[in-house]
Amino acid sequence: MTNETSTETRVDRVIEERKTTDPQTQVESDSATGSVPGVIETKDMSVYYGDFRAVADVSLDFGRNEISALIGPSGCGKSTVLRSLNRMNDLVATARTEGQVHYHGQNIYAEGVDPVEVRRTIGMVFQKPNPFPKSIYDNIAWGAKINGFRGNKSEMEDLVHEALVGAALWDEVKDKLGDSGYSLSGGQQQRLCIARAIAVKPDVILMDEPCSSLDPIATLRIEELMLELKENYSIIIVTHNMQQAARVSDKTAFFNVKLDDSGMRTGRLVEYSPTEQLFTSPREKDTEDYITGRFG
Amino acid sequence: MNSDQRVAEGQSPNSFRSKPRLGETLIRGFLFVCGALSIAITIGIVYELGTESFLFFQDERVTIVDFLTTTVWQPQVGGFGIWPLVLGTLYIAVVAMVVAVPMGLATAIYLSEYASERVRGFFKPVLEVLVGIPTVVYGFFALTFMTPLLRSVFGSNVVGFFNVLSAGIVVGILIVPLISSLAEDSLRAVPDSLRQAAYALGASKMEVSTRVVVPAALSGIAAGVVVAMSRAVGETMVVTLAAGAAARNFTFGEDSLFGYILNPFQGAQAMTGYVAITASGDIAYNTIDYNSIFAIGLTLFFMTLGLNSLSRRFVSRFRQKYE
Amino acid sequence: MTVTAPERESGQRDGQFPTEDEYQGQLGRRTRRASWFQAACLLALVIAVLALATLLYTIINDSFGLVAIVNQNDPEDIVAGLGHDPEVFTIADLSYDEMVDLLEANVSSGVGRRLEREQRFYEHRLVFEDEGTWTEICASDAPPTGCTAGPRDQANLAALVQERVVMPDVIASYQLVPSLLRPEEFEQEVEQGFAAGRFTDHTLDQVEIEWRAWFNPTFLVTPQNSTPEVAGIRTAILGSAWLVLITVLFAVPVGVGAAIYLVEYAKQSRMNDFIQTNINNLAGVPSIIYGMLGLAIFVRVLEPFTSGAIFTEGVPPSEDGRTIIAAGLTLGLLTLPVVIISAQEALKAVPDSLRHAGLALGATRWQTVRSQIIPVALPGILTGTILAVARAIGETAPLILVGAASFITTDPTGPFSKFTALPIQIFQWTSYPQQEFHNIAAAASVALLVLLLTLNAVAVILRNRYSRRAE
Repeated sequence: MTNETSTETRVDRVIEERKTTDPQTQVESDSATGSVPGVIETKDMSVYYGDFRAVADVSLDFGRNEISALIGPSGCGKSTVLRSLNRMNDLVATARTEGQVHYHGQNIYAEGVDPVEVRRTIGMVFQKPNPFPKSIYDNIAWGAKINGFRGNKSEMEDLVHEALVGAALWDEVKDKLGDSGYSLSGGQQQRLCIARAIAVKPDVILMDEPCSSLDPIATLRIEELMLELKENYSIIIVTHNMQQAARVSDKTAFFNVKLDDSGMRTGRLVEYSPTEQLFTSPREKDTEDYITGRFG
Repeated sequence: MNSDQRVAEGQSPNSFRSKPRLGETLIRGFLFVCGALSIAITIGIVYELGTESFLFFQDERVTIVDFLTTTVWQPQVGGFGIWPLVLGTLYIAVVAMVVAVPMGLATAIYLSEYASERVRGFFKPVLEVLVGIPTVVYGFFALTFMTPLLRSVFGSNVVGFFNVLSAGIVVGILIVPLISSLAEDSLRAVPDSLRQAAYALGASKMEVSTRVVVPAALSGIAAGVVVAMSRAVGETMVVTLAAGAAARNFTFGEDSLFGYILNPFQGAQAMTGYVAITASGDIAYNTIDYNSIFAIGLTLFFMTLGLNSLSRRFVSRFRQKYE
Repeated sequence: MTVTAPERESGQRDGQFPTEDEYQGQLGRRTRRASWFQAACLLALVIAVLALATLLYTIINDSFGLVAIVNQNDPEDIVAGLGHDPEVFTIADLSYDEMVDLLEANVSSGVGRRLEREQRFYEHRLVFEDEGTWTEICASDAPPTGCTAGPRDQANLAALVQERVVMPDVIASYQLVPSLLRPEEFEQEVEQGFAAGRFTDHTLDQVEIEWRAWFNPTFLVTPQNSTPEVAGIRTAILGSAWLVLITVLFAVPVGVGAAIYLVEYAKQSRMNDFIQTNINNLAGVPSIIYGMLGLAIFVRVLEPFTSGAIFTEGVPPSEDGRTIIAAGLTLGLLTLPVVIISAQEALKAVPDSLRHAGLALGATRWQTVRSQIIPVALPGILTGTILAVARAIGETAPLILVGAASFITTDPTGPFSKFTALPIQIFQWTSYPQQEFHNIAAAASVALLVLLLTLNAVAVILRNRYSRRAE
């Protein structure tokens, strides 16, 4: 009993704190109903791994310059959903996506769409920081070069500088850009990965549990960074930490595992609402059970 | 006596034997000798090669300086410069590497990055067969297939009956699995998270493979390349059968570089070829011919030892990164 | 179809990044390049496999085919003359006595005596020599091999009859695939050859064109011979068998022992690290250097031992140290590092829990190793040994150095015999220019490859069964 009340209070408190410290969390109410077109929209999307349906009939609309969080118990398919937004699921041989995913109105799963192009505009940061075994400078320059950056050396240096500033890492590494990316701490490596992602000027940044391998202090820094980044990018994050969702996101989508008739565990979208609303007065019982800690 | 009695007599309840069992010690000693035998072998190699080489240099017709600096190897007339034989060995090895490195690396990339498990499972053993075929059979292949092929392609007045190109290409085929196997293991050891990061930045599969995975696996690949080079340098049968028994003696300045010295279409005896031919003839102990074999052998030993040590350095550097 | 952000579509982009159109163009190029790259990598794999196929094809191509052959005495006539049906009866089916009679009738007494001195025809009677001379020469300082070697056997005599009575001479041979596809061309070539005066020893009407399998069962049991049409690889196979025996007897106990020591007993120490590095180095030393070591130590320094002199009084079995045992020990040294390394792998694969369990019960280390560890590691050790032996069978260079006999027709009788081996035979025959020698070199290669394939298959089956049981 104590567990559910303390979780509830923590999330409640987070929401309250946000309201007082950051008035911009007053959310525009209409995005959820679709009257202002979002940046990415999924329509009845299902993802299969072979015969196994991992996630079914997901219809979501992610807003521009917002942070949207996907939460849910493990196995509910939230990572699968995230990875289908930039066609990273294509890398799995048995994966198959049905339904549509629209980016600014264009279906990224349509015939003839090259996933390479999709990923240029929709970037990704992974759960465990994965910098390349190159120098800090080269880590960031690599993506730009691949995508056709044709500036000269000093223009590239400007780009690297800009990306590192944008990832709040510049001051810590400005004197050691030639050092290996692996020489940084975990939190710094993750910010390096963020800098690497924003260097190619994406429109959307997907983050798959970006803080789960970091300590609380590093986590906090990344969360602050997310709030800064949302001015220029649209961010969609997957997190298993409800408090984090409550801290940073504007809208939250809750997924759950449901057993269908054949006994297969499929993930489904349960509820998608502005964060404050989802955590204080959820519409679905499942959502309430999860956020109060009755399962998960 | 049992433990009760022992206690009654004031001793500790169980008598733990503290003296080592004799059988254990003997066995351990025997096993140690087995292990130490390997050191004896190395000592034997170095000692034998060393002393016979010493005798070689003691002969008044030979000096170390001549050995290392002159470019004519013709023992019958007193020419004992090692460079013609080294040239033969290295030239064939280089041709072999030119064939084997691209082929081995490309094969490794395909098997590691593109092929499905089934395809891999089929082709890997097939490639291993290549390295299991005895080198004398490769020599037969070089002489009866490769040389006639080259002669028909380039003309039999251009390509000699013995030639470096034929030997080099066949040795190259022989060592492809050495490179592809080590390279493939290194490529597969690169964590998948790096590939994912690259894909997420909008890279194509080729860009991911060549600009992230291969550079990350580079020291492992280098180890494979060096091992292959060492094998090519030490190869005997193919070069004996296909590259001929005539050392390519040359004189700088007099002989044209590309017309003669670096002509791949003519034969050039390699160090191993010289040793094999000389030893298979009638050869009496303590003649200069007999001793010369060991001097050549010593040189060869150090060359391959150096290459193998280099390769191991690469392997440990690679292990450091990913383990 | 493009997937672009709205601002980008309008061409607004930082100056250094490409505009949308430029990007599309680049993307097309990059995609095409990626396809070419994949195709090139696949091509490399295909070429490697093709090279292997070509090699096997070459060998098989030379092992079978049409030949233009001239027999001095037609074998069918011979067989018929002795009262047998030539359709079903061949020279090899003749009885021993019939063959001896043929030899007596067709061979000069000088040649006959020489053959008898090389190896007798009968245990109980002499054919060409008289008793007196025989006892004399056998008592002399340098008795011929026939004094001590046993009598010839069926296959040996059949080869002799072929060589001395039939006297086949292959004047031209054709490869397998052309023989199957265009046999008439071969006939034409032979006729043209005669017209051009290339075949001076015979006339066209003496020539028969027939199908010949250079690799056939008789080839395996016929001894070595200087006439390629008659030669077989029996001597070589037996030599290789003896070599393998000695190699295994030496390398396996010592190698496995060393591996056990290094894995089970050796503590982390400079000495043991040094031993390990040393073994790794030795595994990479070229085989010819092992040959030199064998030559210097086993053949020369240890000559009293390797020639058998210290084991016998009087005349030693061999006049010098170039014997099977010297070669076997040399190959043993060569194989040792490989056996050690693979045995180490097998031992390391045994989980530590087994060792701990044994020791915790109060067993000594050796007891644990002997009854717990070795049985589990045994299949892996066996597999490694078989593979190492397979490598040793194919080695040629060390044998050249240690003095494989350049021409020997008698079967090896013991560790102090002179010897030849399969790869040596292939080497020698390949280095002769005549096509017929290439044919039998190819046939011998087929035999060698089949042998190696079998060994490898056994090793793989063993490995699979072992890993299946472990699951």
